[in-house]
Amino acid sequence: MPGTDLVLHEEEFTKIRDVISRLRAECNAKVVFLVDKNGQQIAAIGELSAIDTTALASLAAGNVAATDSLARLIGEKEFSVLFHEGERDNLHISVVGGRVILVVIFDERSSLGLVRLRVKKGSTELAAILDVMLKKSASPRKAAAGGSPFAEITDEDIDKLFSD
Amino acid sequence: MTFINYAAREINCKIVYYGPGLGGKTTNIKYVYEKTNPNSKGKLISLATETDRTLFFDFLPLDLGEIRGFRTRFHLYTVPGQVFYDASRKLILKGVDGIVFVADSQAARMEANLESLRNLDLNLKEQGYDLRAIPYVLQLNKRDLPSALPVEEMKRQLIRKGEPVFDAVASKGTGVFETLKTIAKMVLLELRKGR
Repeated sequence: MPGTDLVLHEEEFTKIRDVISRLRAECNAKVVFLVDKNGQQIAAIGELSAIDTTALASLAAGNVAATDSLARLIGEKEFSVLFHEGERDNLHISVVGGRVILVVIFDERSSLGLVRLRVKKGSTELAAILDVMLKKSASPRKAAAGGSPFAEITDEDIDKLFSD
Repeated sequence: MTFINYAAREINCKIVYYGPGLGGKTTNIKYVYEKTNPNSKGKLISLATETDRTLFFDFLPLDLGEIRGFRTRFHLYTVPGQVFYDASRKLILKGVDGIVFVADSQAARMEANLESLRNLDLNLKEQGYDLRAIPYVLQLNKRDLPSALPVEEMKRQLIRKGEPVFDAVASKGTGVFETLKTIAKMVLLELRKGR
């Protein structure tokens, strides 16, 4: 939906983080990661220090976008799950609520079966939270706690970003 | 589609470099990458063929600093310019906040510029965007080449809506940051409007 910005508030962020934290514990995963379909990172939890999360978000979104197109080419609505198997780590990617991408990175301490099972359950919860988030995003900015901080951006503020 | 994260106090915007093949889109982004302070940039990702032609996209995350207590992040993407990669171009335009059109100044590439511009217009429409409404900057690249068309001639053929136009030699960095600053500003001003 062009023109509608995606807005993430503290309340939904906390709920999302709780769900993906639990999901990570339940599937014994290294990392659980939530990305918007346009490549923006929403939340991440786990062993993140060794991972470039911004790049991961962008590439996961690119991957899903390309796979979606492939699906439509052969007459499928979508491929709901992508799985990449590595020597040590594996990547499980699924689309939640048609709008965001859930990425689970796991190694031999877990299994594909376990991840699939837990992701299914977690996705339902995430979809409900995202629904609220999208509804809030679509409503006028002033609905945000404290009003929109952007309505008052001055030319000076913007110039300052480029001062060096 | 800007992503505003109140929890992390971040604004994330997406800028796409569009234009014909071999026009200098990737060169623009590479120059920005080279000249940006390491603390303000992420990794430059290029999904390219073995001959360095963009296959899917280039991606560079930039951190511009704070505005009203929000970290301002720009994600720069390029599309593959070659005509037959149209499916990939459409995917990359999803969620775009601002577009830089990198035109090739060589006389022989004018037709390719026009075709790419038509393609941009069409692909935007397909996703419900309007080129006339979205923040948009035109860059005339390769101004240093002897076969470059006069600026006025290029403007006459390529300008769509009175957009800002910049002369550039992306390989030397000329015009690269001017273009980026202008589109980033336009995107932020759009955010102020609140749409």
